[in-house]
Amino acid sequence: MAGVLHQLVAGLATGGIYASVALALVTIYRATHHVNFAQGEMATFSTYVALTLIEAGLPYWIAFALTVIASFVTGVVIERLLLRPMARAPALSSVGVLIGLLLIFNSLSGWLFGYAIKTFPSPFEATTAKGLLGGYVSAHELGATAVTLAMLLGVFLFFRHTKLGLAMRAAAYNPASSRLVGIRVGRMLAFGWGLAAAIGAVAGMLIAPVVFLDPTMMGGILLYAFAGALLGGIDNPLGAVLGGFAVGVIENLGGAYVVGTELKLTLALLIIVGVLLVRPAGLFGRALVTRV
Amino acid sequence: MIAGRAALLAGTTVLLAPLFLFTDYHLFELTLAIATALAILGLNLVTGHTGQISLGHGAFYAIGAYVTAILMADYDVPYWATLPASAVVCAVVGFAIGLPALRLRGHYLALTTFALAVAMPQILKYRGLEGLTGGVQGIVLAKAGPPFGLALTPDRWLYLFALAVAAPLFLLVYNLARGRIGLAMAAIRDHPLAAEAMGIDLARLKTGTFAISALITGIAGSLGAIAVQFVAPDSFPPLLSIFLFVGLIVGGIRSEAGAVIGALFVQFVPDLADQVSKAAPGALYGLALIAVLYLMPQGAAGALRRALAPLLHLRSGGAPAAGTGGRRANPGGTRHVE
Repeated sequence: MAGVLHQLVAGLATGGIYASVALALVTIYRATHHVNFAQGEMATFSTYVALTLIEAGLPYWIAFALTVIASFVTGVVIERLLLRPMARAPALSSVGVLIGLLLIFNSLSGWLFGYAIKTFPSPFEATTAKGLLGGYVSAHELGATAVTLAMLLGVFLFFRHTKLGLAMRAAAYNPASSRLVGIRVGRMLAFGWGLAAAIGAVAGMLIAPVVFLDPTMMGGILLYAFAGALLGGIDNPLGAVLGGFAVGVIENLGGAYVVGTELKLTLALLIIVGVLLVRPAGLFGRALVTRV
Repeated sequence: MIAGRAALLAGTTVLLAPLFLFTDYHLFELTLAIATALAILGLNLVTGHTGQISLGHGAFYAIGAYVTAILMADYDVPYWATLPASAVVCAVVGFAIGLPALRLRGHYLALTTFALAVAMPQILKYRGLEGLTGGVQGIVLAKAGPPFGLALTPDRWLYLFALAVAAPLFLLVYNLARGRIGLAMAAIRDHPLAAEAMGIDLARLKTGTFAISALITGIAGSLGAIAVQFVAPDSFPPLLSIFLFVGLIVGGIRSEAGAVIGALFVQFVPDLADQVSKAAPGALYGLALIAVLYLMPQGAAGALRRALAPLLHLRSGGAPAAGTGGRRANPGGTRHVE
């Protein structure tokens, strides 16, 4: 029983990371109907930037903040430069551009920072060395989950209670009408990309102390996040977050008791295929109706 | 007629010339390029012609390679006899994956097939299959030599063998794409609903295309395994699928010549770029991918054809716009979800 509890808590901790990346994916999907294949590599790159800043002597949280801002700007620039012209192109073209981005960011990480596996510092480990809550949770897991939840809450409040958040939701929901009431739709889409890149950067920095940093760090994580986003409903941010947590728990429990750790990624594949076949809208998503 | 024969003669000369001009090692690389071209040809059919984006064709390549390796190592089947088996297995797997793929379009299908590519090495490493797949260690194969005591080095023979396998498959796709089925595939790609209304059996054609595409890519995997004489789970990382995708776009998504150009690009550009940095090939692939999508959406083959058309007085054949610009979003405020 204690084992199950431990797996459950660990699942929730990694689930928080999946939830963040899932949220980033949903933010972009809602705005442009693109599945951002480069999300993981972009987050990895951001994490390397953070490591460089920390190694240059900056305090952790200042490096953290600078990285988030830099990632936001990068996201905005990428949307403006590369994806805007593809907004009306067929899916193959946008998938191609996103895959191109994936390759470029992956190479940049390796090129600039090397392929060796690196450790990434955690701001929480210094406070308590041993496990909390009866040994079930490490200080980092607890701290990372707290940061994740705070971020998710912040994003939620932003979308719900700010004028900018409302404008972004409107631009995603109905671009034509939004434009008519004076919302700069293009700017909102770019802002959405920036936000997604920033969320991804936070997720990268929080998971790096656990899985260690190398250019392919986010590959598997991206897949779980996709699974989580689909499970919750890819057009529903709250659903995607819950889906991310659920996938974290399923992955840990499934890995420990059902399929074994070797087939964990296959589990993500099964969740993706299962959701798309049984309930393509996800648990909380709206069923999609297309007028023809 | 005479022009056709001349072209055939010229083509054969170009294909056979490396036998006399190149070293064994370079021929070995060319053999791999042929395998890659075949793999891209399979992708050509499903992504280029039918419009189903696959980022997971490396998985079929891996399955083909493993079928050949297992048959050769465990059952002493001669290398050439493994190809039909690998074709059948891959066609069945392709059909099985084509079934759920029926319900997915655009980015969703790309995502699902990508998940397959990511999961593939893990499945191959799985301990329950270790007896068959050799686990992480993989399988080492014997070198395939020339038959009938031909005075050829094995690498030279394998180059010929790969050519002989690839030629009929290229012919198959060429004819498929230009016949009745090719028209049906174009209709499905450009307007599935209208195609269905015209009486095209969407499900049958899509799953059928997936099966044939997987079959071709699987045979490519078999050729690759025979040439490399080794298979292991990490020979087939998710990046393999992405490289095939890069080759598809760079060459030209609906062109048989494009499959060859794309394969040569994927095969030989890294060799050159590698001298700059370990990261350079990936960066170059990425840049090439984006540049091609923006600058020549019909790929290198399309650009070449346009450049050569005035010289050769080729009929343009009304080649439909590939890549970008095909389908526009509906103006009436309806939203297409890919």
